[in-house]
Amino acid sequence: MTTDAREKTLVVIQLTGGNDFMNTLVPYTNEHYYDARKKIVIGQNDVLPINKTLGINNNAAPLKRLFDEGKVAIVQGIGYPNSNRSHFRGMDIWHTCEPDRVGSEGWLGLAIKDLDPKSENVLTGINIGQGLPRAMSVAGVPVTSVGDLESYGVMNKIEQERLKERSLQAFKDIYGQAIGSGQVAEYIGKTGLDVLKGADLLADVASKYQSSIEYADNSIAKSLRDVARIHFADLGTRVFYTNHGGYDTHANEMPAHPKLLTDLSGAISDFMDDLEEHNAADDVSILVFTEFGRRMRDNGSGTDHGSGGGAFLIGKNVKGGLYSEYPSLNPNDWEHGEDLKHTIDFRGIYGTVLDQWLGLDARPIVKGEFEQIKPFYI
Amino acid sequence: MKSDRKLVAHLMRRAGFGATPKELDELTSSKSYEEIVEDLINPEKFDPIDMSYVERYYTGEPVAVHVGKWLYRMANTKRPLEEKMSLFLHHIFPVAWGKSEHGPSLYREIEMFRNTGLTNFKNILLNLSKDPAMLFWLDNNENHKDEINENYGRELLELFSMGVGNYTEDDIKNASRAFTGWTFRQPLSLYPYGHHHADFEFISDDHDYDEKEFLGQVGNFDGEDIIDIIVKEEAAANFLSRHLYNFFVEDEVQVPSWETVDPKDPQAIKELSTAYMESEGNMRNVLSTLFNSDFFKNSMNLPKVKSPTELIVGVIKQTGEFNSPTPGIHEFAVTTLNGSAFEGPLAIMGQRLMNPPTVEGWHTGSEWIDSGTLSERIGFVEKQFADPLKPGVSEMVSRIGSLNDNPAELVDRCLDLLGAVNVREETYKSLKTYAEELRELETSAGVHNLIQMTASTVDYQFA
Repeated sequence: MTTDAREKTLVVIQLTGGNDFMNTLVPYTNEHYYDARKKIVIGQNDVLPINKTLGINNNAAPLKRLFDEGKVAIVQGIGYPNSNRSHFRGMDIWHTCEPDRVGSEGWLGLAIKDLDPKSENVLTGINIGQGLPRAMSVAGVPVTSVGDLESYGVMNKIEQERLKERSLQAFKDIYGQAIGSGQVAEYIGKTGLDVLKGADLLADVASKYQSSIEYADNSIAKSLRDVARIHFADLGTRVFYTNHGGYDTHANEMPAHPKLLTDLSGAISDFMDDLEEHNAADDVSILVFTEFGRRMRDNGSGTDHGSGGGAFLIGKNVKGGLYSEYPSLNPNDWEHGEDLKHTIDFRGIYGTVLDQWLGLDARPIVKGEFEQIKPFYI
Repeated sequence: MKSDRKLVAHLMRRAGFGATPKELDELTSSKSYEEIVEDLINPEKFDPIDMSYVERYYTGEPVAVHVGKWLYRMANTKRPLEEKMSLFLHHIFPVAWGKSEHGPSLYREIEMFRNTGLTNFKNILLNLSKDPAMLFWLDNNENHKDEINENYGRELLELFSMGVGNYTEDDIKNASRAFTGWTFRQPLSLYPYGHHHADFEFISDDHDYDEKEFLGQVGNFDGEDIIDIIVKEEAAANFLSRHLYNFFVEDEVQVPSWETVDPKDPQAIKELSTAYMESEGNMRNVLSTLFNSDFFKNSMNLPKVKSPTELIVGVIKQTGEFNSPTPGIHEFAVTTLNGSAFEGPLAIMGQRLMNPPTVEGWHTGSEWIDSGTLSERIGFVEKQFADPLKPGVSEMVSRIGSLNDNPAELVDRCLDLLGAVNVREETYKSLKTYAEELRELETSAGVHNLIQMTASTVDYQFA
């Protein structure tokens, strides 16, 4: 198993639903913003300015702290041509880098295949959460999907030790015997054994973890704590994935969005502190993305699907600052008369991470050459 | 016994969502296999579920509630093939809530599938082409006389009726022209009226009445004429037959590969296509041919991975937890995509009903399985069979007997009670060993552990 602690690890956080970028990095001096946004708007007193025109929503104060420490690269206006407003299609495109056809191979799945071509470690790629994202899915590439670290695996809710042992043995027998009984049964058998292998490797992770950091009690904090626990166990994982849901704020955005930002930024800063405490901060970078931004104008209670969002790269090896350009807020420049126009292609940012952080050849993964940025110290 | 128990169990798994031990007792003692097929394809012999009663218990607009109601129907219907055909049509004509975010129209679309699934292919395609959920999903409401939107026209030919290679780009354009003006009336506004479904509307001012050439024929075609031409094509017969084979008999490669990959059983496709052509696309004839065929009866051991829906409904049928409209069935269907804080088992297993990933629908067969979805399958059955107070579980436990009984007999009864499950010899031996070990563990183990293990096997993942 790969246990070189110096190997670079990528943590991807998906903000599911389409984060309102304008209300995250707020153009707090821009009249067009205040003209377009009547109710779903962040007032000048509610931002933490990072320069004369932009401020971070003050619900994301921990993110501002990390920004001030120089660890946050904000990629402004990330998107792609003819941004798709469907969550599904939108996510699909972000997951497969295939805006023009339905792709089946996820970009991170392909990256995992390159990192571990012989599939020697079922933990090279780990999804924390429920349901394997298409981004990680490529036929034949084993990826471990952990819903709950304490109970990962099968037959492990059984409390009685001997019963558990016997049950696992029976499972192993049944799944092991599937080898040689037809392609599909064999594949299911192998997947079952992969679950057991992963579960074996992960079994002591939770109990061995020690930290002074107290994560908050919410889903994203819990997920990032799981990432930390697995990462510190040194099991050779190179790509972690997790998602934070609830960003589809068509309605009730004003009460809902602040909590999301608070949970997210708090979880990220706790995770970063945890990395520092374990001398692991040099090896980990985080990519935060969402499938699209929201519409320029609000609808009175929320905002509808738009384009031109924002992404974040976060880490000790990240050169903090603003990258690309904030999309023009001038109504004359709006796409379809209602949307922010993207200023940098997301495939260039994937390429940046793949080439410069993971040391892979990005071109076959993102399907082409796209403008990259230089956000890393390495 | 008037019919073979294993064969009837196989039929009920494929044509429905499996049978409980009691259902199998009744079916095999009173009817021949052919009579059971006849009952399946003629559902009006049996009363429908009284939905007015069910609707009172399952209320609210989240799409998960609509899916929950559908799951309830699948588990409790006396007309299993009607529900299975709705699922089949949802697989091949997938429309997702994610675009319209309009639950009532989707629910009504499934009702349309239920009502047309056992008629004929023309009627199915015609209703599909007038279905508001579909019209919006593939933008036919944006398909105007002077501004053609080809989305629906293209998918109708490519994904819904014939497949790539059987028409030209001009055919797509002309088919699209024929569907101009086919749209829907705006549903009542959400505020203050709440959610209401939309209705089909034909706007003659927006319809292109000019001459069109389609698949070599020329005329002033409208959408119905186009469908009339399509359903008479051999390509449509083959396309539908291959879909039916994939859904009911054996996993095929995914649809986009059909142009280049031959069917696994060309003879079976030929038999089905012939039945289709001879009956002008009558689904009852085609399905009767399918279920009575040797290739179907011999397909028990061919790979056909249960879809998440089949697995979940099969299990809740066995546990009996939702034999009446008990609260909670929608929890199987919640997903973060609909705003829930967590994913339900359907989502984790990879099949968000009424929310297929794309217009291509779900990738089926072995693509249902990965480490996450498989863990969820195992965890799901573990949880569902853990509670001995569920009526189905308590009945199974008492019928299987005591762990002190002969282990082989215990396993036999367990397999039978889970719906005459078919397992490989090796699996059978492992289960027998496990039953012996459970006996040694005495009070810390129970019969329900054997049920859980049986439902966790590789074999149980197959329909």
